[in-house]
Amino acid sequence: MIKLVVETASGWILALLIVGIPLYGLLKGVKVYEVFVEGAKEGFSVALRIIPFLVAILAAVGAFRSAGAMDALASVLAPLTTRIGLPPEVLPIALVRPFSGSGSLGLLGNVFATPGLGPDSYAGRLGSILQGSTETTFYVLSVYCGSVGIVRYRHALAAGLAADATGLAASMVIARLLWG
Amino acid sequence: MNLVFVLLLVAALVAGAIKGDVRAVGQGAFDGAAQAVTLSIGLVGVMALWLGLLRIAEKAGLVEKIARAARPIFRPLFPGVPDGHPAISAMLLNIAANMLGLGNAATPFGIKAMEELEKLNPTPGTATNAQVLFLAINTASIQLVPTTVIALRASAHSSDAAVILLPTLGATACALVMAITVAKLLERVWK
Repeated sequence: MIKLVVETASGWILALLIVGIPLYGLLKGVKVYEVFVEGAKEGFSVALRIIPFLVAILAAVGAFRSAGAMDALASVLAPLTTRIGLPPEVLPIALVRPFSGSGSLGLLGNVFATPGLGPDSYAGRLGSILQGSTETTFYVLSVYCGSVGIVRYRHALAAGLAADATGLAASMVIARLLWG
Repeated sequence: MNLVFVLLLVAALVAGAIKGDVRAVGQGAFDGAAQAVTLSIGLVGVMALWLGLLRIAEKAGLVEKIARAARPIFRPLFPGVPDGHPAISAMLLNIAANMLGLGNAATPFGIKAMEELEKLNPTPGTATNAQVLFLAINTASIQLVPTTVIALRASAHSSDAAVILLPTLGATACALVMAITVAKLLERVWK
């Protein structure tokens, strides 16, 4: 029900923006077609500028995960995090999330598909909240800084990772209060 | 970032050596690099579409109007950005698109915001306070309804797929407050 309302609203807003902006421009006397094409030209160069930044982070993360370092880290941390109320099935989601949105979503899907867990289990719900309240921090920073050639992020990474850690902590507290 | 980059790579090598599968290190890096290009090139179409639409909005005076309307919220957070600056409307559009879950519109707006903020940057190559705060807000996942997660839960036959809606919003709010706090607190210290 909520999903339907949101999807319908999002669809309308998108459609109104895509149609409304050129219409408004035309009424204001803008040469909309020429101006659109001129602006759109930038799309390609922006994407090209991002590539080296994304290659750096995704190659490093690719090596890290493929060599099994992520799994090793998870198995080292698991005894500790289980004690503070983070199920071992959810820990990998929290570790992968800052690096890869599709990766952590896949892990969440695994929890949903695991017999004995599923989407309505404690781990399934906690993982869902975690996935929704944290962000692919490294991807966001690479894309946005890459687009303007910023290589010194200053405290942006600290702020982003603090936000992810807070999202994780808050998810655990809220899940325990509601379903613990 | 320098440290993170090397740390990831060294940890990969160590883990690969222990497992006796060092080839996975190289293979993982190649796969990641290829994926980076696929992702970037995949952005070209939507990026061009939104940048074109934004240019029309700019020429029609719409961008400045939005920036003036958003002034009261943005002024205390971004004191370095002048009133009516196009960066403000780009940031507002990015945040609104994120909240509504319009991911493919949010990224072009966000990049536009970074470009506009970069015009105010006296030290190119180093992020300004405004850019750090904007990035921090973007790393706090401010989507009002986590549609992807709800859809995944529904497809896994959850008895109540949307039960996570308010809890997620609560956790997101905590993350957002933390992101803004850290960005603001460290801006004098971390030059």
